[in-house]
Amino acid sequence: MKDWMGKIRTLSVFSLMVVFLSACGRDNLTALVPKGYGAEESLRVIIITVIVMIVVFIVVMAIFIFVLMKYRQKKGQENMIPKQTEGNKTLEIVWTVIPILLLIVIAIPTVAVTYDLADETEKEDSLNINVTGKQFWWHFEYAEEQIQTSQDLYIPVGQKVYLNMLSSDVIHSFWVPSLSGKMDVNPDNENTMYIEAYEEGVYWGKCAEFCGDSHSLMDFKIVAVSQEEYDQWVTDMQNVDAEAVPESTTAQEGKALFEDSCLSCHAVGNTPSVGPNLSNFGDRSTIAGVLEHSEEELVEWILDPGSKKPGNGMLDAPYLEEKSVSEEDAEKIAEYLLQLKASEITPDSAQ
Amino acid sequence: MSEHDVLNPKQMPLNPEKATLEGKNKFIGFWFFLGGETVLFASLFGTYLALNGSTNGGSSSQELFGLELVFIMTMLLLTSSLTSVYAMYHMKNNEFKKMQIWLGITVALGIGFLCFEIYEFYHYIHHYEFTMRSSAFGSAFYTLVGFHGGHVVFGLSWIIALMIRNAKRGLNLYNAPKFYIASLYWHFIDVVWVFIFTVVYLMGVL
Amino acid sequence: MSTMVANNKRSFGSTLWDYLTTVDHKKIAILYLVAGGFFFIIGGLEALAIRWQLVKPMNDFVSAGLYNELITMHGTTMIFLAAMPLIFAFMNAVVPLQIGARDVAFPFLNSLGFWLFLFGGIMLNVGWITGGAADAGWTAYAPLSTTSPGEGVDYYVLGLQISGAGTLIGGINFLVTIVNMRAPGMTYMRMPLFTWTAFVASALILFAFPALTVGLFLMMFDRLFGSGFFDPNMGGNSVIWQHLFWIFGHPEVYILALPAFGIFSEIISTFSRKRLFGYSAMVFATVLIGFLGFMVWAHHMFTVGMGPAANSIFAVATMAIAIPTGIKIFNWLFTLWGGNIQINTPMLWSLGFIPTFTLGGMTGVMVAAASADYQFHDSYFVVAHFHYVIVGGVVFALFAATHYWWPKMFGKILNDTLGKVTFWLFFIGFHLTFFIQHFLGLMGMPRRYWVFLEDQGLDLGNAISTTGAFLMGLGTIVLLYNIVVTSVKGEKVGSDPWDARTLEWAIPSPPPFYNFKQLPLVRGLDPLWIEKTEGRKGMTPAEPISDIHMPNNSFLPFVMSLGFFIAGFGFIYQKYDLVWLSLVFIGMGIALGAMLMRSVKDDLGYHIHKEDLVKEAKE
Repeated sequence: MKDWMGKIRTLSVFSLMVVFLSACGRDNLTALVPKGYGAEESLRVIIITVIVMIVVFIVVMAIFIFVLMKYRQKKGQENMIPKQTEGNKTLEIVWTVIPILLLIVIAIPTVAVTYDLADETEKEDSLNINVTGKQFWWHFEYAEEQIQTSQDLYIPVGQKVYLNMLSSDVIHSFWVPSLSGKMDVNPDNENTMYIEAYEEGVYWGKCAEFCGDSHSLMDFKIVAVSQEEYDQWVTDMQNVDAEAVPESTTAQEGKALFEDSCLSCHAVGNTPSVGPNLSNFGDRSTIAGVLEHSEEELVEWILDPGSKKPGNGMLDAPYLEEKSVSEEDAEKIAEYLLQLKASEITPDSAQ
Repeated sequence: MSEHDVLNPKQMPLNPEKATLEGKNKFIGFWFFLGGETVLFASLFGTYLALNGSTNGGSSSQELFGLELVFIMTMLLLTSSLTSVYAMYHMKNNEFKKMQIWLGITVALGIGFLCFEIYEFYHYIHHYEFTMRSSAFGSAFYTLVGFHGGHVVFGLSWIIALMIRNAKRGLNLYNAPKFYIASLYWHFIDVVWVFIFTVVYLMGVL
Repeated sequence: MSTMVANNKRSFGSTLWDYLTTVDHKKIAILYLVAGGFFFIIGGLEALAIRWQLVKPMNDFVSAGLYNELITMHGTTMIFLAAMPLIFAFMNAVVPLQIGARDVAFPFLNSLGFWLFLFGGIMLNVGWITGGAADAGWTAYAPLSTTSPGEGVDYYVLGLQISGAGTLIGGINFLVTIVNMRAPGMTYMRMPLFTWTAFVASALILFAFPALTVGLFLMMFDRLFGSGFFDPNMGGNSVIWQHLFWIFGHPEVYILALPAFGIFSEIISTFSRKRLFGYSAMVFATVLIGFLGFMVWAHHMFTVGMGPAANSIFAVATMAIAIPTGIKIFNWLFTLWGGNIQINTPMLWSLGFIPTFTLGGMTGVMVAAASADYQFHDSYFVVAHFHYVIVGGVVFALFAATHYWWPKMFGKILNDTLGKVTFWLFFIGFHLTFFIQHFLGLMGMPRRYWVFLEDQGLDLGNAISTTGAFLMGLGTIVLLYNIVVTSVKGEKVGSDPWDARTLEWAIPSPPPFYNFKQLPLVRGLDPLWIEKTEGRKGMTPAEPISDIHMPNNSFLPFVMSLGFFIAGFGFIYQKYDLVWLSLVFIGMGIALGAMLMRSVKDDLGYHIHKEDLVKEAKE
């Protein structure tokens, strides 16, 4: 009998959890289900403030509802003139002092966490990644490891990773809600923040500072993998061979076309580039951060990038103006790009 | 008080600038306005202080500024502030002619200041190719000092217009507040210059 | 009534000329009300377009560029061209009456302030027809704003510069009016709370707007004359703009909110038939909020990278503002306590305000907590928060004030049933729109997003939000209908339809152009109420009937503003061709010429003779 009750209880608690979690938004995107250190600390402050504020709200509403029920004008009393009270010093002191105390309760954890999240004492000994925000994509440089990559940021799970962030055009803001709060990416002074993922997974990142036409499409991903997988990924990325000849002939033709029309901005391998680095393009789960990872989408993207991501930097590409890339060419380039697999370690490895 | 009494007062009170409600309003309103102007210049000074090292490889304040010229300019403007005090002193004594003379001297000193400032800018532009477009420092310098210069131009035009308009009819309760607030404005310009002298030039040559 | 009859007989042309040249604060109030209302509708339509774009994921109702123009113009229009002028409308209509004055201190400048605002507002919107309005957000952060192509942001810069000058003039005018023009016996601590809040808000305008003026000048120089304040390539620093903008921008919130608090204080007190509880605490709280409002601007910049020390200081300073705000909420509650609460439309808005604004204040404390704000910042949580404050505080107050002071301004009471319909549509629509946005933000939806992706758990929340927005639109339509119906059919009311407490209700509705035939003698807080409880019908005069001095009408304010407006185009288009500089000279010539004319031409006003006043009284 008792066992049966217990099961029911577990089941109902579980289903409540499911309802609650689904109301919290998509996993690995929402700030309400933290998966990393910063997000957890911020949520802790949020919960403290919410609790204190709900207490205040209940008090205010209790008085409000009571007053409305009790003192609403009754029929026949339209001309009743109530007692004209001037005020009450004791009450004024009460509702000055109590909020001060409540605010102190909020202020202490706020300040403590603010300092904690700005802590840079471990920066020297940790993994440092240089993040560059550009309209409308993200570049990641692992300076020590000499790796250049874009859009997908690979990090080892359970470690503090320091991000040194600078913009090359307007202000952006780096936000991975389920891992950490955001930090602006300014063009004129470098900002540093750290992230730490608790579990393996692919976390959605977004640009949170209004940066132009495709601000809403400037998504990126953080791929948190185990330390061994991360080390493997680093080795693989360091050994990317830009000159590798693809297997199929279409891809080989695609490579030639790519070198003609795209390589002036893009790069394969670990050289710096104006446009996104495409070394591990075939490993990614999205094109340009937001599009489905398919050849069809990629061809459309190459032929008309403006329709997918208005105002993006590719619109200035000479091949678009000269119309030098036909649909057929685009298909070849797409085939080449999609076979660019740099590593065994992909977003799928983050389980 | 009728229109006639305002324009032709039987006798001038001790503080003619505050004798009418309109005068009182102008007096206090102008003080408020100067409060706002203070924030305006404070913002410009803040911007300048944030950018005065951002020379972008161009001329720096040490290369550009010399104190001799600026010292003369400061003396001119400080003296003009003093002469405008004399003018207001004579206004309160209802000595219109003397007020006009002192205002005239104030204007002359102000014009002298302005000529030096124009020469200074000309010098920077032609000998150092230092302009508003050279660097963030250049932008901040010309904007701060230029805003002050613009205030000087406006103040001079204002005082001159008042002097000409009232030359033939003398002081009354209608124009006394106008003279008074124009001189307040002039003092304010002078105070701002003292800060420019200190923050821009003295700190700039160090 | 004789003036009303006279008005009805006048031709359209002469009425138009009258409004173009008027320096009467009551007519300027109507101008502000009409212009502000017009821009409110424009801003509202922009809001509906934004919400419709976000009704479903990856929607393509508007393009990305147009969407960015819509959000920029919605914010700019609502703050600068709707909320501020509507606040000014009621300040103009009511403050001189509440302190027993015949006009404001500077009637000419009052008119100039309005025309500058209107021409600035038109300038802001010109972009729509010349190839694109401003698209860098209402905060116009550099370098996005300084590099935005086209003229949209130029219109933003010059439009705000012109209308900002108008606002500054208005602020100084009200400061001097309240300091110098109070009726005999109207001491500071007897001033109605709306006047007090108008006073503090004016002081905030005076000290906050110059920072915006400077910011706009710097941006104008960067965009039009090649300077490099915000350009990193020239050694500039884009964060300076953010500081200047928020040194202005945060006090701006209180410039709007404080008069709103004043409006609610008047209405709650009137319809509870009780004097305001804790009047001196309310005044103290108002001043304190105004003061603290200048200390907290950087809480808009927690993620800029100012470091933990600055973030902590600004976080704690911001939280401190909750204390005086809390004092106000409790004093309103205790004004209601023990009262005889009559619930009509203005009161309904005031009662709806209390829980709504409390929620806005709560989320305010939440976003003030810097380390929590790293998640809230620039997400829909913040969008929800500031709409709870600005709509739940300011717009509710403006609706309340419209219903409350309509009879004083126009002599008729707006239909109460329609008013209640407006309230419920708008109130429910408001919470439907914005409550869910708190969660959208935390679920990972940043603000100013043109589209949101499919399959991110954001669909339902956005759909609900859009539904609510249309209910608000419906509520506004009912209000407009109400205004038309009332104007056509409504019955005229007497001087004191609400059995109210303050001086404006002691004179006819609408008031004669000289307001008070004899200045009233004020004997305490709520002067009219005092007289009524002692059995008198109106105020005791403080002076015998005598000549009244009135200012002359003038067309110069319109001309000056037009001059600046023309010069604005010259400044913008000279970046393409220096020929356009001629427009700068023409425009500045007109404006400065008009100023010179104002300076040298004596304008002493005129007198209404006491014989005429006595005769009119007999009629």
